Amino acid sequence: LIRYASETGRSKIEKVLIANRGEIACRVMRTAKKMGVRSVAVYSEADRNTMHVSLADEAYLIGPAASQQSYLAMDKILQVAKRSGAQAIHPGYGFLSENTEFAELCKKERIIFIGPPSSAIRDMGIKSTSKAIMSAAGVPVIEGYHGEDQSDQHLKEQAGKIGYPVMIKAVRGGGGKGMRIAQCEDDFLEQLESARREAKKSFNDDVMLIEKFVQNPRHVEVQVFGDQHGNAVYLFERDCSVQRRHQKIIEEAPGPGISTEVRRKLGEAAVRAAKAVNYVGAGTVEFIMDSKHNFYFMEMNTRLQVEHPVTEMITGTDLVEWQLRVAAGERIPMTQDEITLQGHAFEARIYAEDPDNNFMPGAGPLLHLSTPLSNDFTRIETGVRQGDEVSVHYDPMIAKLVVWGEDRQAALMKLKYCLRQYNIVGLSTNIDFLLSLSGHPAFESGDVHTDFIPQHYNELFPPKKSTPREVLCQAALGLILKEKLLTKEFSIATGDPFSPFAFSNGRRINVSHTRSLSLFDGENKLELKIHYNNDGSYDIQIQDEVLNVSGELVSEGDVTYLECSVNGVMSKPKLVIVDNTIYLFSREGSAQLGIPVPRYLSDVSTTGPQGGAVAPMTGTIEKVFVKVGDNVEVGDPVMVMIAMKMEHTIRAPKPGTIKKVYFKEGEQVSRHALLVEFEDEESGSE
Amino acid sequence: AGLLRHGSLGCLRRLYHGDKVATIGTKPDSNSPAYQESYDRMKALVTELKERAQKIRLGGGDKARALHTSRGKLLPRERIDRLIDPGSAFLEFSQFAGYQLYGNEEVPAGGIISGIGRVSGVECLIVANDATVKGGSYYPITVKKHLRAQEIAMQNNLPCVYLVDSGGANLPRQAEVFPDRDHFGRIFYNQARMSSQGISQIAVVMGSCTAGGAYVPAMADESIIVRKQGTIFLGGPPLVKAATGEEVSAEDLGGADLHCRKSGVTDHYALDDNHALHLARKAVRSLNYNKNLDVTVEKPEDPVFPADELYGIVGANLKKNVDVREVIARVVDGSKFDEFKALYGDTLITGFARIYGYPVGIIGNNGVLFSESAKKGTHFIQLCCQRNIPLIFLQNITGFMVGRDYEAGGIAKDGAKMVTAVACANVPKITVIIGGSYGAGNYGMCGRAYSPRFLYMWPNARISVMGGEQAATVLATIAKDQKAREGKQFSEQEEAALKEPIIRRFEEEGNPYYSSARLWDDGIIDPADTRLVLGLSLSAALNAPTQKTQFGVFRM
Repeated sequence: LIRYASETGRSKIEKVLIANRGEIACRVMRTAKKMGVRSVAVYSEADRNTMHVSLADEAYLIGPAASQQSYLAMDKILQVAKRSGAQAIHPGYGFLSENTEFAELCKKERIIFIGPPSSAIRDMGIKSTSKAIMSAAGVPVIEGYHGEDQSDQHLKEQAGKIGYPVMIKAVRGGGGKGMRIAQCEDDFLEQLESARREAKKSFNDDVMLIEKFVQNPRHVEVQVFGDQHGNAVYLFERDCSVQRRHQKIIEEAPGPGISTEVRRKLGEAAVRAAKAVNYVGAGTVEFIMDSKHNFYFMEMNTRLQVEHPVTEMITGTDLVEWQLRVAAGERIPMTQDEITLQGHAFEARIYAEDPDNNFMPGAGPLLHLSTPLSNDFTRIETGVRQGDEVSVHYDPMIAKLVVWGEDRQAALMKLKYCLRQYNIVGLSTNIDFLLSLSGHPAFESGDVHTDFIPQHYNELFPPKKSTPREVLCQAALGLILKEKLLTKEFSIATGDPFSPFAFSNGRRINVSHTRSLSLFDGENKLELKIHYNNDGSYDIQIQDEVLNVSGELVSEGDVTYLECSVNGVMSKPKLVIVDNTIYLFSREGSAQLGIPVPRYLSDVSTTGPQGGAVAPMTGTIEKVFVKVGDNVEVGDPVMVMIAMKMEHTIRAPKPGTIKKVYFKEGEQVSRHALLVEFEDEESGSE
Repeated sequence: AGLLRHGSLGCLRRLYHGDKVATIGTKPDSNSPAYQESYDRMKALVTELKERAQKIRLGGGDKARALHTSRGKLLPRERIDRLIDPGSAFLEFSQFAGYQLYGNEEVPAGGIISGIGRVSGVECLIVANDATVKGGSYYPITVKKHLRAQEIAMQNNLPCVYLVDSGGANLPRQAEVFPDRDHFGRIFYNQARMSSQGISQIAVVMGSCTAGGAYVPAMADESIIVRKQGTIFLGGPPLVKAATGEEVSAEDLGGADLHCRKSGVTDHYALDDNHALHLARKAVRSLNYNKNLDVTVEKPEDPVFPADELYGIVGANLKKNVDVREVIARVVDGSKFDEFKALYGDTLITGFARIYGYPVGIIGNNGVLFSESAKKGTHFIQLCCQRNIPLIFLQNITGFMVGRDYEAGGIAKDGAKMVTAVACANVPKITVIIGGSYGAGNYGMCGRAYSPRFLYMWPNARISVMGGEQAATVLATIAKDQKAREGKQFSEQEEAALKEPIIRRFEEEGNPYYSSARLWDDGIIDPADTRLVLGLSLSAALNAPTQKTQFGVFRM
């Protein structure tokens, strides 16, 4: 090894600084640990108690929560690198990972930047440059004409060169205006005229550009790796077509339905692309692919991608290890021939967001977090634990669930199975959405493209069904058994552990006890009558149906299961009760039921739309429209708040008079905070 | 120190492998006609009991209930359900108070519900007026039941929570309600005395508290009132108008706002019943009350035999002999019974056992009491008092043995020994009348006059100075003798005509419903519930600190 190192001018990396946070920081640290490389974390004030800090061998505070003053503060990070004696910096993804200046600064400070040379970052960072380089290197690019000659004939010639179908687009266009598609040559002039007319009318400018039109394109990307010795290999493609808000949520490798032939072509094109910029380290070449599996270069990402684990799963590699070794000057550990593809892998990104509300990003505490067990075929890449907070300051991704199977179908089945075991309470997540997505027949058949979600919107967002009665019974039983457990714990602590008064058996003398319990199923308030039977079971009446229910709570680790029988059908859902909500998670899905808060406790409460106007998420009040004494109607704007970089208008949930305004402009509010209170109709008489 | 504590259960494990206590009881021949007949008859009695209780549970009828709930008020039993710890047991007393007591006037449960339930983990005595029964006004039996509840609280050191919703004394019956020692005024006397002994008094005003009733919240340690529902005043609006001509609404005269803001009669302002009960639970939590057990506890075990076998074993025929050991086997933990003096005076069974882990000394009848049995019982009571073990009396007794030999043998003084022991014993005593309760047997076996902490009856039980048959025969014999002295004939028809009404009357008056209606007991219970009721009663009784027993003179 020593001989080898001296031969290649290899440097030593014994300590690496990870200039990132969250799951990727943890991911890098795990590999570092495995290799015996010490890891240095940096953290912002908001991240003091996070997982990446506790996982690191040492950790340094680098500033306040705002990324600009912490994770993007190059000087502070370099300072920590020097103080800690780290030889290399791993930038992860995002933050400084594709920052030319930072890569150069590292070089200047003689610290290894784990990534490509700054020139590659720069070249790939500029769209037109990258396209030109790729085109020159023989990588297919989306053809187009952006020239000044606007004559019909010339444009038609260009269209013919590009190949139909083509898109005719007004240079100043937008919002679909002044845009037409010509499917074939005969079509062209008519569509051009139409586009010009509309553009003239809309923008008073009819200059057109012509581009190759790809209908329902797929997003396919190839993982490449280069070293300092001029080698480059590809590790096959990933399909990341299904996106929302132009961000990936589910990725897989290899791409479904892609032939070996196309796979090789993709890989070779990607390697050509990498070599064209003397690429070193992990990189991704992104292509768009049409339905005939023609692909065109889009851009190159000069970093380790979020979705790299799916590639690792099908190639049996550790790309972070490769990064560290290549950065140290080693050759790529495998030759192209040695890299083989095995099975199929999926990655689902679990986000704090609200799919029902246009995937609005969220934040908040992870009051309950339980995950499927991880093993060689199931990976949970995360940077948070139960009790942590998904911060408003950073990316709201909670975790990546990565599964591997013998083939696509096996992997997909596993993904769905594991998603059902990924249970989170405390904030909205996209888990249920991921489930309906991964269960969609079109997705199952691999018919994916970038318009997948809008195209299948109705099936992916089915109207909320009311909770089945069996599940309502489970919720009620869970609540009662939880009460029983608390009573028992109390009773044991009193030194009078066996008093039958603490049995929670609901016994009465000569008569039986029936207890009323209300539960909220969404907005719907349901009345349950719970009859305590002497055998310890319960007869639960919901409307006109009576179900016999019994069971007990079982703790496994820090997760509680409800082992129960409803009319003789046994099941064992996970039970979480937080504040006034009961959560049940089973292999069949999840349910969430609210426990009404008595009026006397809910004076300043937030449940239900009737309470007052509440903040949908943590953020800052931007504008206040009302003052005490104002009369408002339902839907009148009350405040505007900025949260997760978006504006939200909070509207009056009911008509009434404003009794109190709790926040001023510029103030921070937390999720579910009451913003204004309404005059109580009844208290007027006091 | 040095002893191994059994985890967090706080009880000592004291059993070694060889120390297992033998179980008692036998499996009955459940197919025998005798068993089945007994079973069916007891079952019928239990069904009747539950049907009657179910009716009483409804209180003052549909109309009154509808009116009550239409005002946003909870029914009294709902109030109790929401006051006590959710899903916990409630040991209700004397459901049959006032049962057929006032002719056509029905006063279900005596118009007041009383019992023991856990509130915020504290066993409390709860008294709730039922305003659906005659507006919650106090009949004589209502007063008696209220006072009995307070007596239970005093004897067992239980904080009291009064859920008040009452129009006060029943005016037409004021003479039976107002003047005597154990009448209405005693309620407030008890409140003051209990408060002085550190037994907390909490009142929740959920309806009217008029005149004397005003003193329930006013004399409480802490009181809660529901706005627009609770009112407290010495004289209501009609009386005020009559007295001074002032016209004032009930709310302005004595509502929550007045009493919480101005007069200070009440301490906490509740928006509604649920809020008031929530405040009451908080008040109890703030009592800083600690139940200190003076006895050892062990992990409970269910009896080996099913409780409903008691139906077939006991039946409804009091003339049939029942081995009380079979009853014990269906009541105590693991059916384990350490019998004491098993071979001596065997018409009285004595021994140690546990019920829900609490230690008990059980005294049960297996026939008429002889001198030996009485002396054995006395000895056993002494043991229990010395060891601070609560006593359970399973009463099924026709009385002490009569006859010349027995009188000569001193059965009167031996019986007196047992009566003395029972009277003086200061350990908690709980009596269950599982069959007959006749004559001095009732005394020796801790009848009502001997102040057991709790006394329950099975539906098959009978209580009277002697059996109706015997009483009729005694009276017939006397009549016959008188006729004979007058030289007259006493025909069989005449004898039958004399005996029949006596038998009928004894039968009626010895009936558990007759007894319960007059509060001669604390309730009629399903034999199958005996274990639970005893467990709850023991748990409640053990709230009171141990009192040393000083016995009187035992005539030797």
